[in-house]
Amino acid sequence: MTDIHETQSGRRLRRVIKDRFFIIICLFAAAVCISTLCILLGSILAQGMDHLDKQLLTGVPSRKPDKAGIYPAMIGTIYICLVCAISAVPLGIGTAILLEEFKPKHPILARLHGFVQLNITNLAGVPSVVYGILGLTAFVEMFKLFGAGGDPWWTLGTTENWYYLRIPFGRGVLAGGLTLMLVVLPIIIISSQEALRAVPNSLRNGALALGATKWQMVWNTTLPSAVPGIMTGTILAMSRAIGEAAPILIIAGIVYITFTPEHLMDDFTAMPLQIYDWAGRPQEAFHHVAASGIIVLMAILLTFNAAAVVIRQKFQR
Amino acid sequence: MTATISTTQEVDDMNQISETEEHQAIAVTTGKPAGKNIPVDDARPAIEVADFNSWYGDFHALLNLNMVIPEKRVTAFIGPSGCGKSTFLRWINRMNDLVPSARATGILKLHGQDLLAKDTDVVELRRHVGMVFQKPNPFPKSIYDNVAFGPRLHLKMSRSELEGVVEHSLKRAALWDEVKDRLKTSALSLSGGQQQRLCIARAIAVGPSVLLMDEPCSALDPRSTAAIEDLMSELRNDYTIVIVTHNMQQASRASDYSAFMYQGDLVEFGPTEKIFTKPDNEQTENYITGRFG
Repeated sequence: MTDIHETQSGRRLRRVIKDRFFIIICLFAAAVCISTLCILLGSILAQGMDHLDKQLLTGVPSRKPDKAGIYPAMIGTIYICLVCAISAVPLGIGTAILLEEFKPKHPILARLHGFVQLNITNLAGVPSVVYGILGLTAFVEMFKLFGAGGDPWWTLGTTENWYYLRIPFGRGVLAGGLTLMLVVLPIIIISSQEALRAVPNSLRNGALALGATKWQMVWNTTLPSAVPGIMTGTILAMSRAIGEAAPILIIAGIVYITFTPEHLMDDFTAMPLQIYDWAGRPQEAFHHVAASGIIVLMAILLTFNAAAVVIRQKFQR
Repeated sequence: MTATISTTQEVDDMNQISETEEHQAIAVTTGKPAGKNIPVDDARPAIEVADFNSWYGDFHALLNLNMVIPEKRVTAFIGPSGCGKSTFLRWINRMNDLVPSARATGILKLHGQDLLAKDTDVVELRRHVGMVFQKPNPFPKSIYDNVAFGPRLHLKMSRSELEGVVEHSLKRAALWDEVKDRLKTSALSLSGGQQQRLCIARAIAVGPSVLLMDEPCSALDPRSTAAIEDLMSELRNDYTIVIVTHNMQQASRASDYSAFMYQGDLVEFGPTEKIFTKPDNEQTENYITGRFG
C-alpha cells in the first residue's frame, strides 16, 4: 500500500515538474518574440526620433537629409491602399461566399471548385514580386493589346482633370493599387472563408428551413455572424498591403517624386519605396531619415489596425 | 387521444374501402403493410408516401416506405438511431437537398402536391413545412428579430403587422408571457427550453401547415420537455405535426399516430395506443418494451 503510495507521489512530482517546465518554455518563447520587437522598435525610435518633425511629414524628398520629407509617399500609399481596399474587399468576400456557401453539386463543377480552391490557397504563398510582374503585364501594359508605345489607346479627359483615365493604365496609382489587390486577394479570400466556415451549420439550416433562399440565408444569417472574422482578415491583408514594397517597386520604380498624385493615372511613390530609397543611400544621415519614415509607416499601420479593431468590437457586441 | 382504436378487422375493412377510391389508391396499391398504413380516424391525409426509397450515395437509407400521415394530428417516428427517421423527416421539407449524395425515388405528396418533382419550389415548400431542430438554433439576434425573420423573408409587412405576427407566434408557442418585456434582448440569453419554444414560434410565424420536429426535446430538461409536449397537443388543432423522438414515453404521451422504423424499413404504423399496447409486429413490441434498440 505504502509502496503504491510512494510511486504515486513520485509520479505526481514528475508531473508537476513537467508542468512547470512547459510553462517556462512558453514564457521563454514569448519573451524572445516580444524582446525582438522591443529592440527593433527601440533602435528605430532612437535613430529616427531626431528627424521626426513637421518637415518630414509635410516635406518632399530632397537631396539634403535635413530637408527630406515623406509627404508625397504618404499620400501615394493612402491612394494605392484605397484603390486596393475598394477593389479587393468586395472581390475577396464575394469569392469566399461563392466558394463556401454555393458549393456546386454537379461532379464536374465540384472538380472545378476544388481546383479553384487549391489555386487560391497556393496563390497566398506566391512571392509578391511575382504579382508585381503580373501587375506590370496586366494593368500597366495590358498585355500590349493596345499597342506597345507609351501613348494611351483611349483616354477620358486630360491630365488636367482629376477623373483622367487612360487605357492601358500606365505606371499610375490605379495600376499600383490593383497590383496590391492581387497580393492581398488570396489572404482576404482565405480568411473570409475561414470566418464563414466557423458559422455553425445549424444557423444555415434554421434559415433555410424557414424558406430563405440561399442568398437570403447568406445575407441575413451567415454573413452577419462572419463579419468579425472577415474584418480581422481584411485588416491583416490591408496591413500587408501598406508595407508591401516589391510589387510597387516594379510598377512605380524608384521615382524621385515631389508631388502628390492628381488623378488615378498619375505617377506615385509609396512609403516603403521611399524608405527603401533612403536606406540605400550611402550617407549615414539618410539612414536616420529612413528610420523616421518607418516610424510614420508604423504609426499609420497601427492607426489602421486600431480603427479596425474598434469596428470589429462594435460588430461583435 | 382522438384516434379510435380499431381492430385488425376494421383496418382491413378500411383497406377494402380505400381500394375503391382513386385518391387513396397510392397507399394501397403498393407492397407489404401499405394497407394498414393509413389513418383510421376521420383525419384527412396530409402527407402521402408510396414506394418511397432514399439513398445516400450507395447507402440505401429508406426502403420502400408506404403510409399516409394524417392532417392535424401528431405523428411520431420512433426507432433506434440510424434507422432513417430523421432522413425521412428531412425529405418532407427537402432539407436533404443540401446533402450532395442524397436522392430519393417514389411518391411523396403533401396535400396532393408531389414534393420530389423537379419543378417543386423548395423555398415555397419550406414556407408550408416548418422545421424545429434537435438543438435549439436561434439566430444571434434579438428575440423579436428571430420571430420576424421568416415573415421578413417572404412578405412586405408594415411594422404594426409584423409586430402582430410576432406577438401571435410567441403566444402560440407559449413564450409570450415570459419574453414580452424583453423582445429586444438577444435570443441567446434565453434558457434552452425557451430557445426551443422560440424556434417553434419562429417556424409558426411563417404560417406553415406542417411542423416537422427532429427530436425537439432531446437537449432539454424534463420541465421544458413537458412544456413542449403541452405545446404540441395545443398546436395539433391547427398543424400537422411530425415528430422524431427517441423518447418512447414522449411518443406515447404526445402523439396520435406512431411509426416504428428499423434499418430504413417502416415496420409498423398505426394509432399510438395500438402500437404501444398491442403492436402487430414482434420487432415493434421488442423495441417498445425495451428489449432492444
